[in-house]
Amino acid sequence: MQYEIKVNGKTQKVEAEPGTPLLWVLRDELDMTGTKFGCGVASCGACTVHLDGTPSRACQTFIEDAVDYDITTIEGAETKVAKAVQEAWREEDVVQCGYCQSGQIMSAIGLLTENPSPSEEDINSYMNGNACRCATYVRIKSAIKRASDKLEA
Amino acid sequence: MTATTLSRRHFLQASGAGAAALVIGLNAKGALAASTSASDINPFVRIEADGTVTAILKHFEMGQGTTTGLTTLIAEELDADWNKVAIEFAPADNSKYANLLFGMQGTGGSTAIANSYMQYRQAGAAARQLLIEAAAKMWKVPAADIRIENSILMNGNNKAHFGEFAAMAAKMPVPEKPAIKEPKDFRLIGKADLPRKDSHGKTDGTATFAIDVKVPGMVYAAIKRSPRFGGVVTSFDASDAKDVGGFLDAKTLPNNAGVVVFAKNTWAAFQARDALTVEWDFSKAESRSSDQISADMKTVIESPEFNTRKGITNAQSEEKLGMAAKVVEQSFDFPFLAHAPMEPVNCVIEPTENGVTVHDGCQFPALTQPVVAQVLGLKPEQVTINTVYAGGSFGRRANPTSDYHLEAAMAFALLGKSKAVKLVWSREDDIHGGYYRPVARHQAKIGVDKDGKILNWSHKIAAKSIMKGTSFEAFAVHDGVDHSSVEGIADSLYGLPEFAVGLSDVQTPVPTLWWRSVGHTHTAYAIESLMDMVASETGQDPIDLRLSLLDKSDTKQRRFAGVMEAARDKSGWKKGNKRGFAAHYSFNTYVAVVADISVQDDTVHVDEVHVAVDCGVAINPDVIRAQMEGGVGYALGAILHSEITLSDGEVDQTNFPDYPTLRINEMPKVNVHIVTSNEAPTGVGEPAVPPTGPAVANAIFAVTGKRITDLPMIKSGLSFS
Ligand code: FES
Ligand code: FES
Repeated sequence: MQYEIKVNGKTQKVEAEPGTPLLWVLRDELDMTGTKFGCGVASCGACTVHLDGTPSRACQTFIEDAVDYDITTIEGAETKVAKAVQEAWREEDVVQCGYCQSGQIMSAIGLLTENPSPSEEDINSYMNGNACRCATYVRIKSAIKRASDKLEA
Repeated sequence: MTATTLSRRHFLQASGAGAAALVIGLNAKGALAASTSASDINPFVRIEADGTVTAILKHFEMGQGTTTGLTTLIAEELDADWNKVAIEFAPADNSKYANLLFGMQGTGGSTAIANSYMQYRQAGAAARQLLIEAAAKMWKVPAADIRIENSILMNGNNKAHFGEFAAMAAKMPVPEKPAIKEPKDFRLIGKADLPRKDSHGKTDGTATFAIDVKVPGMVYAAIKRSPRFGGVVTSFDASDAKDVGGFLDAKTLPNNAGVVVFAKNTWAAFQARDALTVEWDFSKAESRSSDQISADMKTVIESPEFNTRKGITNAQSEEKLGMAAKVVEQSFDFPFLAHAPMEPVNCVIEPTENGVTVHDGCQFPALTQPVVAQVLGLKPEQVTINTVYAGGSFGRRANPTSDYHLEAAMAFALLGKSKAVKLVWSREDDIHGGYYRPVARHQAKIGVDKDGKILNWSHKIAAKSIMKGTSFEAFAVHDGVDHSSVEGIADSLYGLPEFAVGLSDVQTPVPTLWWRSVGHTHTAYAIESLMDMVASETGQDPIDLRLSLLDKSDTKQRRFAGVMEAARDKSGWKKGNKRGFAAHYSFNTYVAVVADISVQDDTVHVDEVHVAVDCGVAINPDVIRAQMEGGVGYALGAILHSEITLSDGEVDQTNFPDYPTLRINEMPKVNVHIVTSNEAPTGVGEPAVPPTGPAVANAIFAVTGKRITDLPMIKSGLSFS
């Protein structure tokens, strides 16, 4: 079937079977590979995108539902918060293998957009669904705090 | 930019490698040589006419920091501007890019920096010397009066970038032993805040992993493998798979290990694969449950097949027990563990004019090339490898059988060798897929006299051998002993009297593999828990006890003691503290850990971990810190939660919900202290893993009185937050 979805401000026509997760439409059809596949069952967060600004798991969003939203992926993360988060991530040198980091960053942008100065506990509960097998968590926390400081300055 | 344009071929065109002016690499005789073109020589460093420096990396990047580390070595000797040095992964070429410690091209065993340290520095130094000599000629000044700062050559009013002299330098003879810098002149080596080379692309979604590669006409493949290890396909029915939109075809793999499904995209491949009905022959398969395997291990461990410390058997060691005032006796059980790298394994095989290109986060090109070549009837050199970033490995991607490359090659052949094939594993495939850290059991009997002195240490291990039956057997198995089953105990640095280590191999068709720190994953847990038990049973401070077993006139033992003292002092350790301590020597690196926990109503939280590490010269201190942090977290996740179990031969776990990984709320603070050293640099990817588990176990004992010996720790009745 043909669907029309709006990704990073651009409306695009895509061919997909009904029931196909947005994750695979982005990756295999639109060649937007920044959004990653880690589990396919909503338990790792590697596929996190924003639907109308809210972090959501692209592996759990069917293409027929995705048409209702403004979709933002890591490739289109351009808000002030997004820039602060990416800068902080680089200054802290958070990444190791990097595979989970698009998802981590999309979640962190969601967190700081909702809550510009999160406590340690806020970070722990908001970021809990984003797994990092390289265990870069120490730096994820410092980068979120650093981005929060940037946004407050 | 699509993933397609990032293939090596395109990349070379786009970056104008033809315009390279100076490349430095090894010639056919294995000596450093210079040329004007990368097509004559497979270089370590390339300098373009516009002055751009590119470091060509013979090791892949799985997060351990090699792209930063190897580039540091080149940039240091060249005095290049760090921010302007580009990176590129080397092609497969065993003769030029071998890991000097393995004799073949591959990454593993925390050796990337150790084996490249002099080689990459010399390549950088040779480039520097040639550029200076060329500038001296052109400017008509003595070479000694020319200096380089941030990629600019300077003498008086003369100033020019590398590119200006590159073509001339390429025609000059390369010094046999280029002069490398004295440590006091290092600008980049040891610099605390050198930014990682891979940070940018990994924070904006542009870094390419194998799973991101797409080439024209590519078909997607997924495989249904036997639910029991060692089972083979007898027949299959694809009628339901045919109803899946995007399904193309299904075929039995030529080795009968599974059925491959071809489809138009990844999702369709997974869906159609799940819709297959396959009949299996399980006659040679593992059909036991893990409980049965454990019970069998309890039997085989009693009569060791091998004495791994020459000259003493367990029985001889245990003769001393009669004189002991106290006997410390304990067994330990370790489960199978999956590596679960965040990017499930996958690769693309693409047909080319002369053979094929494999696009992969390729850890061991030297293993992959011949395996793929054999399936396709090619010569190994007809298999080009385009190395891209790997989304973690932890050992999984380096496999003597090159399992997923073999599968992809079979799929590519079944499709007629004319279309590119991308083989993708789902997370379920990964958790079910074997190549686990082997199950292991340890049993020890330690006699102690009335003064707390150890009289004997009798240690028995039962584990499945990782190396036997693989191409690594000759390298790692001696007199029947797979060293990786006993490393960290049989070669312990502690001076233990009457010390015997017996080994029994466990037989099972479940495939096993090195898992971040290999045998040390279990040996360190056992020996360091036992040390703690001896200390507490005899009323000694656990650090003092360990120090009393080390002889500081021996360099290794002195460095081991050094990290223990550093961890003690930096963490403010006091005798009688309710904290946990453990230390371990692995991959030529020394690590000591102090763990602080808090316990509330049987829920344990690991609050803070203090790590002291001695890895020789600290090339990139921040990468070392990151590897210590990551190693602590990776170990902790496994120790607390992870196990692969089997019921009637089938793996019980499926995905992260039932094979949990460490989450952000469970991550302790990590304080890393790097011991200053001028010794040659050693590995950092693995050595933080071994001591972390026992340090936490010892802390749990100190606080709760519970000694956890059956892993993972959740089985103890405690919970963790
Ligand atoms: S891939 Fe969507 S949560 Fe893991
Ligand atoms: S950086 Fe490797 S999984 Fe997070």
